[in-house]
Amino acid sequence: MSDVIIEARDVAMTLGSGARKVQALRGIDLALKRGELTLLMGPSGSGKTTLLLVLGCMLTPTAGAVTISGTVTAEADKEGLAKIRRENIGFVFQSYHLFPTLTAAQNVQLALDIRHERGKRARLRAREALERVGLAHKVNTRPGELSGGEQQRVAIARAIVTDPSVVLADEPTAALDGDNGRAILKILADSAHERGQAVLVVTHDPRIIPFADRIIHIEDGLLVKQAEAEPARLPKVAPFGSISALRSDT
Amino acid sequence: MALTLTLASRNLFHDSLRFIATMVGIVFSVVLVMVQMGLYLGFGHMVTTMIDHAAADLWVVPKNAKSFEDPSLLDLKLRGRVAGVDGVATVVPLVVGFSDWRLDSGEMTPVFIVGSDLHDGALQPWNVIDGNVQALSQGFGVAVDRSYFERLGVSGVGSTAEIRGKKVKVVALTDGIRSFTTTPYVFVDLKNARSLTGTPPDRVGDLLIRLKPEADRDKTIAAIRGEIGDAEVLTTAEFRDRSRAFWLFGTGAGAALFAGALLGVIVGTVIVAQTLYSSTKDHLSEFATLRAMGSANNYIYHVIIYQALINAVIGFAVASAIGALVVQMTAKSALPIVITPWLVAALAALTVVMCVISAFGAIFRVVRIDPAMVFMR
Repeated sequence: MSDVIIEARDVAMTLGSGARKVQALRGIDLALKRGELTLLMGPSGSGKTTLLLVLGCMLTPTAGAVTISGTVTAEADKEGLAKIRRENIGFVFQSYHLFPTLTAAQNVQLALDIRHERGKRARLRAREALERVGLAHKVNTRPGELSGGEQQRVAIARAIVTDPSVVLADEPTAALDGDNGRAILKILADSAHERGQAVLVVTHDPRIIPFADRIIHIEDGLLVKQAEAEPARLPKVAPFGSISALRSDT
Repeated sequence: MALTLTLASRNLFHDSLRFIATMVGIVFSVVLVMVQMGLYLGFGHMVTTMIDHAAADLWVVPKNAKSFEDPSLLDLKLRGRVAGVDGVATVVPLVVGFSDWRLDSGEMTPVFIVGSDLHDGALQPWNVIDGNVQALSQGFGVAVDRSYFERLGVSGVGSTAEIRGKKVKVVALTDGIRSFTTTPYVFVDLKNARSLTGTPPDRVGDLLIRLKPEADRDKTIAAIRGEIGDAEVLTTAEFRDRSRAFWLFGTGAGAALFAGALLGVIVGTVIVAQTLYSSTKDHLSEFATLRAMGSANNYIYHVIIYQALINAVIGFAVASAIGALVVQMTAKSALPIVITPWLVAALAALTVVMCVISAFGAIFRVVRIDPAMVFMR
């Protein structure tokens, strides 16, 4: 089985029209591999989010091809793209996008529910996912009663509960302090290294660099640099259960 | 159980003010439709109450008689001709008509006289609570409903009044025989009915026919038709339908009731549609998140439809409770509201349909959701 989960070949993306036309992506060639945490870095307006949307099957490129687990996305309609996302991709959003009226467990379960995985098994899987992010004690808590770091961990639990082949994270640490940011990246790195998922993190945050296996730089819609990260000297991240700071953060 | 129902209920109850507004809309709408239709049914029962209580298989009525209260008259000779038709068991003449009831105080009030031969028993007062129906044939005995005491200036059996110069005496009291025209019914013996209504001795209002058990109904009707010239022969059901059609639609009363009901449906639909749409708009980022996570559109439609159905179930339950109260309160009124099991079932279905149709606006909004919006910072 190939290690490449997502492959972009000569991808271009034009946004807007007429005088407001913008070439957001140009000739992107990229492969995200199983078991690898890749950072996508670049200045604002460089095309990071557009590339994430294209790789996440939310935008169809105007040229080139994206293949996810062997499926060419250009051939799918909206529902087809949703199916690809549902079956292959877990998303982590900068603003968490949790459902405020549901408990943490229900928020996580939602990712299973849309795949028609329900009942006791789904509840168990949601609980396990929350355990993995250190929130076993918060299963019945609603997002409004959680700190920012905890909310992001619930969002990660929701992204990984289905064991997707790819996790796409958009600035997951932007709103978090150092400890929480590192804790979040530790979970994502574990997802890549221990569970063999391809993890792509879009970020501005240099604190994340030590967790990366590969760093990609994008500027003006072009990949300007792809490099293997140096052997990680990961900062110490204590287990969730023992860091009280993680439970009373921003 | 799918989380769609949980999500739908949480979305609804999360904003209690909007939920209350939705409930007010649905309850108002359903109660309005219920009352209008209950009035329609009550009205429908009331306009045919005499036909329903007459022991007749067929009615011979003057040509184009619109209802039981139609003042046209038949030639009494028809009675003999109809009686001779094969299959006819009895033919009972009925004399009906409006007259004036003069109270002891000298005041006048209109009444509707119903006169039939007491021995034939085709149309006698029912629900008799005091007095004796047989006494109607003694002198000018009358039977009235107790709900009209004040109107007729009487206090019970033994009270007297005057109709067309004849002194009449209340000999029997009934309960619940009310007229939709608000003109009290006064039951009398056939012979008295002629003088109290001014009906000539050779004329009658209608002929009530009872068939022999072995009679072939269609053949007998055809044979009667051949004997009655211009007059018409109707089955009880046909006469009932004709009376209802006249009073409910000929007068515009039924149309007004239906128009009111339609208004209720429109108001309800608009209110539910508006609140569902605004609720969906408020939760747009959540629906976009679901879409970004890969949910099928169907999943999101389910959430919205469940919201509509929860609205419908709770709204209908509250409206039904209010409806039951209204039925109780109007039971003894001039026009009781009648709610049948069929009406309840139809209203339940209407409420669900109304709420689901209301969800379409919200669904059309959700169809246009761009999941990429969750990445906008």
